[in-house]
Amino acid sequence: MIISGLQKTTNHKVVLPFYVYAAFGYLAGTLLLLVSTEVAGAHPFNPQALAITHTMALAWGTMIIFGASHQLLPVLIEGKLDSDLLAHLTFWFAALGIPLLVYGFYTFDVGFPLQAGALLVNLAVVFYLINVLRSSFKSGKRNVHAWFVTTATLWLFATTLLGGVLVLNFSADLLTRSSVEYLSLHAHLGIVGWFLLLVIGVGSRLIPMFLISKYTSNATLWWIFALLNLALVSFSCLYFGGHPDEFFFLPVLCGVGAILLFGRYCYKAFQIRIRKQVDQQVKTSLISVAQMLLPLLVLVFALTFVDRMAFLYGFCIFFGWLTAIILGMTFKTMPFIVWNRVYHNKAHQGKTPAPKDLFDEKIYKVMLCSYLGGFVLFISGILLLSPWVLKVGALALVGSAVLYVWNVVLTVRHRSGAGISN
Amino acid sequence: MRTNNEEKCQHALKDLYNVYDPEIGLNIVDLGLVYEINFDEVQQGVDCFMTLTSQFCPMGEAITQDVTDSLSGSFPGLKVQVNLTFDPPWDVSRITPEGKEFLGH
Repeated sequence: MIISGLQKTTNHKVVLPFYVYAAFGYLAGTLLLLVSTEVAGAHPFNPQALAITHTMALAWGTMIIFGASHQLLPVLIEGKLDSDLLAHLTFWFAALGIPLLVYGFYTFDVGFPLQAGALLVNLAVVFYLINVLRSSFKSGKRNVHAWFVTTATLWLFATTLLGGVLVLNFSADLLTRSSVEYLSLHAHLGIVGWFLLLVIGVGSRLIPMFLISKYTSNATLWWIFALLNLALVSFSCLYFGGHPDEFFFLPVLCGVGAILLFGRYCYKAFQIRIRKQVDQQVKTSLISVAQMLLPLLVLVFALTFVDRMAFLYGFCIFFGWLTAIILGMTFKTMPFIVWNRVYHNKAHQGKTPAPKDLFDEKIYKVMLCSYLGGFVLFISGILLLSPWVLKVGALALVGSAVLYVWNVVLTVRHRSGAGISN
Repeated sequence: MRTNNEEKCQHALKDLYNVYDPEIGLNIVDLGLVYEINFDEVQQGVDCFMTLTSQFCPMGEAITQDVTDSLSGSFPGLKVQVNLTFDPPWDVSRITPEGKEFLGH
C-alpha cells in the first residue's frame, strides 16, 4: 500500500507537554487569586497582582498557545514545522523560567529568581520566534493567517524583551523612568500584540473550519490586521512621546474597530454554516469573542471615571476573554492530538471513538458553569468591594481549574482499550 | 467523481462510505473528499485520488490509512495506492445533499 502526498503533522510529543503544563498553570493562577483576593482593591501593579498576571499570561495563556500553535502552524502556513528540537527547547526554558519569574514577583525578590526567570522566558521566546520564522519562510505561503501568526510572535518577542529590561531595571538603573511606568506598555504589547493578534489569526481560520462555513473574507482580516498593528504602533509612539491621555483614544478606537470587525466575521461565518449543530466547545469560543468587548468597556470607563478599575480590566482579559477561548479550544484541539496518537493506524480495526469522546462532556459542562459563575461573582466582588464575594468567586474559579485539569489528564492518559468497542 | 470500472468502483465507493472524518462524523464520500477511483487490470492495482479538508489536516494520516485498509480488505491481491491532491482544493460545495442533511443543513 502506498499513500502519496500526505504531509506529516507535528508530533504529539512536541505539543502535549504544553497543554498539561498550561492546565496546571491555570490551577496555579486561580489558587494565587484565591489566596490574594485583597489585590482586587489594591494598586494593579502590586507584587501579588504581578504574580497572578504573569501566571495567567505565561503559564496559562502563552504555554497553551505555544502548544496549539506548534500543531496548528502547519495548517495556517501550509508548511511543516521547521524544528521539533526548537519546540522542545521552547517548552523547557519556559517551563523552568515561569515559576522563577512568578516566585520573584510574588515575594518581590528582584534578584536571582526574577532575573533568571526573565532570561529563561526570553530564551524560550527566541527559540519559538526562530521556529515560526523559519517555518513560515520555508513554506513560502504568505496568506493572511501566516502574517497574523508571525507578526504576533514578533510582538511577543518585543513584549518579553521589554519585560526583561524592566526586570533588570528594578536593580540597575537602565531606563530613565521607573519600571512601573512602563508596565502598561509591556502589558498592552502582550495583550494586543501577542494574544489578540494570534487568537484572531488562528480563530479566523478555525472557527469557519469547525462550523463548516463557506464564509471567508480576506479583506476583513487584512483590515483587522492593519487596525491592530496601528493600535500597537500608535500606542507605543504616544507612550514614549509622553502625549496627554486624550490621544490614547486613537489606539483604543483602532482596537475596538478590529474587535468589532472580528465579531462580524465570526457572526457571518456562523450565519452561513453548513453544520447546524454547534458543539459546546465552539459555543464557548464564540462567547469569548463577545467577551473581548468587556475589557474595552471597562477601559473606557476607567479612563473616563474611575482609576481603580485597572484590576477589573486585567481580570476581564486574563480570566475572561483569554480563559474562555482556551477552555473552549482546548477540547477542540487536544483530543485530536491524542486521538491521532492512539488511533491513527487503528481506524479500520474496529469502531473507534470520536475525538470528542476522549474527554468527559459532563465534567466540561460543570467546569463551564463553575467558570462562568466564578467570573461573574469575582467581577461583582470587585465592583462591590466585598471580600466574601471575591473569595466565593475565586473559589468557583479554582473549582473550574480543578475540573479542567481532571479532563486534560483524562484525555492525555487515554489508551485504545478504553475507547474501542468491537 | 470519475471512475473507469463501474462495478468495482461502486463496490469500492460502498466501502468508502464506512470511512469517516473523525471530527465531523460524516463519511468521506458525502463529505466530498473522494475525487476518483481507478482500477488498473494490467498492473493489478487500485488508485484512489482524494483530498482532505486542509493540506495539513491533523486527521490526514488516520483518514488515508483508513481508506487504504478499507480498499485492501475489499480487494485482496490488488496494490492499493491513495493519492492526495489539493488541486482542486476541497470546499464546502463538495459536500453532497445527503452530507448536508446529516449536518443539519
